[in-house]
Amino acid sequence: MFSTFSIAVTALMRNKMRSLLTMLGIIIGVAAVVIMQAMGMGATAYVGEAISGLGTNMLIAAPGASRNFGPPTFGVPLFTLSDVEALQRRAHDLDRVAPVNTRMLRVVAGANNRNVNAAGVTPEYFDIRQWNVVLGRSLTADDNRRAAAVCVIGQTVSDALAINEAPIGKDMRVHDLPCRVVGVLETKGSSAFGMDQDDIVFMPFATFSRRIIGNDRVGTIMASALSENRIDDAKRAMTAILHVRRHIADGEEDDFAVRDPREVQALLQKVTGMLTTVLAGVAAISLLVGGIGIMNIMLVSVTERTREIGIRLAVGARSDDILGQFLIEAMALCVLGGLLGVAVGLGAAFGVAHLIHVPFVLPALAIPIAFGVSVLVGVTFGVFPARKAAHLNPLAALRFE
Amino acid sequence: MTAPGDPAAPLMPLLSLRSVSKIYGQQLSAVRALDNINLDIEAGEFISITGPSGSGKSTVMSILGCLESPSAGEYRIEGIPVQELPPDTLAVLRNARFGFVFQTFNLLARTSAVENVALPLVYAGVGAGERRRRARAALAAVGLADRCDARPNQLSGGEQQRVAIARAIINNPEIILADEPTGNLDSKRGAEIMQIITDLNHTSGITILMVTHDPAWAAYAPRQVVFRDGHIVDDKGRSS
Ligand SMILES: Nc1ncnc2c1ncn2[C@@H]1O[C@H](COP(=O)(O)OP(=O)(O)OP(=O)(O)O)[C@@H](O)[C@H]1O
Ligand SMILES: [Mg+2]
Repeated sequence: MFSTFSIAVTALMRNKMRSLLTMLGIIIGVAAVVIMQAMGMGATAYVGEAISGLGTNMLIAAPGASRNFGPPTFGVPLFTLSDVEALQRRAHDLDRVAPVNTRMLRVVAGANNRNVNAAGVTPEYFDIRQWNVVLGRSLTADDNRRAAAVCVIGQTVSDALAINEAPIGKDMRVHDLPCRVVGVLETKGSSAFGMDQDDIVFMPFATFSRRIIGNDRVGTIMASALSENRIDDAKRAMTAILHVRRHIADGEEDDFAVRDPREVQALLQKVTGMLTTVLAGVAAISLLVGGIGIMNIMLVSVTERTREIGIRLAVGARSDDILGQFLIEAMALCVLGGLLGVAVGLGAAFGVAHLIHVPFVLPALAIPIAFGVSVLVGVTFGVFPARKAAHLNPLAALRFE
Repeated sequence: MTAPGDPAAPLMPLLSLRSVSKIYGQQLSAVRALDNINLDIEAGEFISITGPSGSGKSTVMSILGCLESPSAGEYRIEGIPVQELPPDTLAVLRNARFGFVFQTFNLLARTSAVENVALPLVYAGVGAGERRRRARAALAAVGLADRCDARPNQLSGGEQQRVAIARAIINNPEIILADEPTGNLDSKRGAEIMQIITDLNHTSGITILMVTHDPAWAAYAPRQVVFRDGHIVDDKGRSS
């Protein structure tokens, strides 16, 4: 068995380039299997993480068509602070409601500066997100009332501006507004869409709207339901109230949408599912093409080595020995291709995970699966050439030119 | 295959062809390479086979070596009809009882001399260390102890043929079938090969069948068979 294997490997090493090209289909196919597995697991782990980070009873109202996710549609009116008040007062299934405005702004501290996602929020926002400070204090209702020039920053900003030694009380400029750091938030990691949630500066809503963007329209409204099982009621109530307040005529489609994390999860799962299907298709086609390539090269190899087969038969090889030799050669090609495919797949999966800030989950199962698949392809497509070799007539093979 | 002291044993030749014919091709294009051959070979004989080109010499060697089966007639090894043996048994016979030496050497290219010589042992199920040891010994026996790691393309014709002989004797066969072993060699190298072959018969008692075109080499053999048109036309010096 071992000697048959070494014969096979020696034969493959003689034609390195040809072997590599032959293996390409298998490499791609197996890599696709590995990526598929890694991405599937990564996405699941990550969706779980991201959702639990959001809080399970959170609701988000955003202007724009309700049908699809994506950037807010232009021309659609934003919300107002009275909308927020109305929701607070009249939606009984809601616990907290907070207006949110965001904008990319330049933040300067000493010699360092950074473009940061800045947000104006009321203190309720931190309750809804269940997001606490690790240093200093959070924003207060009083900050908002006074439109105080204070801010709470995320860990990434603290690191990037090199003020993490003693951030509290540091002065920085947010879009020309001098502003004092009063708190640093605990680390959240990346969001459901791969954004670094700690790369953020929070300011009182009033400060942000009056002293930075110059109007008090509300970009999004965040709210929390009283409990997880009242989230559907809360959502219905929110939709109904906003529907009336925005004067949407009967039969007309809402120009806003209220979403909850489960929808985000469903969307992510849909995307992952599509990705998995595409990769599965790529894997299947690559493996098929790879298998046919292997069969082709093995047929060539059998013809090229007819005399060798004749010699082996003359000195006492049984037809099973020859069958085994060529079958193992085909399998060795596939397994080698499979191993390379696993390496390529893991590398790609790791790279992609890193790029989109998704946790990289080592797809332990993918490796035996990839191995099994390669062996299966090797046997399936290697059997025909190997049988052809094994059934050669010894004398005819010896005399073959 | 026969028990010692069996009274039938001396009556049974080692190899025996009875009314053997070999026909290649079909109908109009059919070639009768062997036509009703009878040939008995006793253990320990040294037989030369001569005859014009196309007279059936190589064909008879292939049949004797179980590389091919006759179209008609019967081939028996120690009384056992070969036609009835399954292919795997024929492979074992080729491996353990026959050694082949060909005019064109038929060594595996890009494979060292030791590995070529050890090839029959791979199929005999001998372990790697033992294979190497025996292959080196066999190469030493044909005077190539120092060329063990050379590849066929690094060896002269005479050396290649000696490697082939080492391969033929590695598994201690009873019969060596040599088809024009000196055909591709000059007379000096040919003489060396003839010396080795003769020694194998004299000192090890191996039965030898050797096809040759050269009457001088044929004269080394005590028994000389002559083929013409698929018939045996002469059989001098038969032992019995
Ligand atoms: N595979 C084959 N198909 C068709 N005809 C064949 C085949 N092998 C041999 N023959 C024919 O059978 C006859 C005997 O061939 P064989 O090889 O036995 O001759 P030979 O005596 O060995 O000749 P040489 O001295 O040239 O080697 C020849 O006429 C040859 O053409
Ligand atoms: Mg011949």
